[in-house]
Amino acid sequence: MAQDPAVPPKPATPVDLPVRDPSRLQLFFEGDFFYAFKRSPVAIVSFAVTALLVLSAIFAPLLATTNPFDPASLNLMNGFTPPMEPNAFTGDSFWLGTDDQGRDVFSTILYGMRVSLFVGVAAVLFAMVLGITLGLISGYVGGWTDTIIMRTADVQLTFPSILVAMLIFGIAKGVTPVEYRDQMAIWVLILAIGLSDWVQFARVVRGATLVEKSKDYVAAARLIGRRPWAIMMKHILPNVLSPVLVIATISLALAIIAEATLSFLGVGAPPTQPSLGTLIRIGQGFLFSGEWWILFFPAVTLLTLALAVNLLGDWLRDALNPRLR
Amino acid sequence: MLAYIIRRVAQSALVLLIVGLVAFSMFTFVGDPIDNMLGQERTQEDIDRLRGQLGLDQPFPVQYYKFLENAVQGNFGVSYRQGRPVSDILLERAPATLELAAVSGLLAIGFGIALGVFTAIRRNGVLANFIMSASLIGVSLPTFLIGILLIYLFSVELGWLPSFGRGDTVDLGGWSTGFLTESGRKALILPAITLGLYQMTLIMRLVRSEMLEVLRQDYIRFAQARGLRERAVNFRHALKNTMVPVITVIGLQLGAIIAFAIITETVFQWPGVGLLFINAIQFVDIPVMAAYLMLISVMFVGINLIVDLLYFTIDPRLRVDGKGGH
Repeated sequence: MAQDPAVPPKPATPVDLPVRDPSRLQLFFEGDFFYAFKRSPVAIVSFAVTALLVLSAIFAPLLATTNPFDPASLNLMNGFTPPMEPNAFTGDSFWLGTDDQGRDVFSTILYGMRVSLFVGVAAVLFAMVLGITLGLISGYVGGWTDTIIMRTADVQLTFPSILVAMLIFGIAKGVTPVEYRDQMAIWVLILAIGLSDWVQFARVVRGATLVEKSKDYVAAARLIGRRPWAIMMKHILPNVLSPVLVIATISLALAIIAEATLSFLGVGAPPTQPSLGTLIRIGQGFLFSGEWWILFFPAVTLLTLALAVNLLGDWLRDALNPRLR
Repeated sequence: MLAYIIRRVAQSALVLLIVGLVAFSMFTFVGDPIDNMLGQERTQEDIDRLRGQLGLDQPFPVQYYKFLENAVQGNFGVSYRQGRPVSDILLERAPATLELAAVSGLLAIGFGIALGVFTAIRRNGVLANFIMSASLIGVSLPTFLIGILLIYLFSVELGWLPSFGRGDTVDLGGWSTGFLTESGRKALILPAITLGLYQMTLIMRLVRSEMLEVLRQDYIRFAQARGLRERAVNFRHALKNTMVPVITVIGLQLGAIIAFAIITETVFQWPGVGLLFINAIQFVDIPVMAAYLMLISVMFVGINLIVDLLYFTIDPRLRVDGKGGH
């Protein structure tokens, strides 16, 4: 039994023993969830890889050897330097080589991953907030509101989400004035991917809400006069969150791939703010002339990121929901 | 039954009307097409003339009515970018996409079912396990990377197959086909594999899990006990009973193939409808976008309707549930 050292020891009667509630952190590390995590090599590796990639994206400005978007730091003579080989003219050497404009591929990947992850996370958060809100309302209020929301969801589900995202991107691009298009592209992308992905969240939350709604604690909250909004947000929401977490992780992998696909197709991140998809698009142009590294390294990074997040999501689904195993 | 069909058809019609509204509002609220069509050196006269030609000077309800009237007749106006009627462009591009989709769909169905049955029967075999693991990677690879990978392998390194385009085509009364020339057939291989691979893994995994489910049933054991040949049990008894969910998914995936063709067509610069759509988004070519949206909605809604109705007729058990309705 751990005792607080600041408290002088008291005579050990069973009544006086200071029994502290275990802290939340302690509960987490001693709980089933962490135990399952420790026992699964796939979970540990995919978590480590995800964490490494996310951290290197966050600290990109510190880790990158050059700032690829600062024209002053670039030397055109360094263009097309192969990986780990000194450049023929300048003698500079780069880990992963350089692209046509002499930008260090390693640095562009770090900055590109930043854009990819930012868009992915923001899009999933957006989809999550929208989906949870609509799902709660749909499940709790029921009736016509429910019908309208869920019918909309059904209709949207009949179209592949990448197509929905493209359409939203196209419409939003048309609405923004030409001079702001590049600036707004990232936000439009988040909006497009987020709007194409809310249905999953709404369906799951609605289903869970329908179950929770009939339980006694909700009836009790209603009886003491809490408002519907408070019941939804404070009482029901905490009880329907665990499946949401699983969907969010899997959605993140899908959102990252969706972003990369859109950017690859040229309807996503602008060349001034390249994501991994944009880098692959650029790299594809040099595939035939033998400069394979401009394409290869961003592609491998994207694959690793998507695969790690995906595996993490799969494991999370099994760990949080034993029924699905 | 009849009430169900009527309700389903009415729902589909409503969806199409809403999509039509979205498509139309794209015209009215999105940007100024005149900006996109005319270059920097335009005069007010040019602008007014073009505005009149495109009917952009009329009030909202008039434009809406005109849009609906035209859309039903397959007329979506003039492409802002190419200055030609959208329907002409679409008709010209459709064969490329349909041929690609048909070939990759057949590939996906054929190999998907065969591999699914194989991995289910040889559940613990080395090869079956290898195929299953490989399919996991196939599912997580984005389509465009598969395409690039194939191009690198078979076009750049080996030089066997072309990396872009459709090869030579033969015109058969308005339908340009690539099946009849050697370069056309060669050009089709890589895009078809790229497009079909994901659907193939999907079908394969579905067939496998359904087969495993069915093989556990008593009537399979009984058939085995009767001394029927393994082949007869596997195919006549087991596979037949897995077909209902498989047909549904295949039906729904038909639409997905057309949609994902956008990605494949861009990677291989395949001159189909998908590439047209991507270029339309890049250049904010609203008439093309709207026409594509309408076309693909009709297709998706139609496929969904047919699959729903088929489901109803194929599986009698559903009819009992269907009576309760929702």
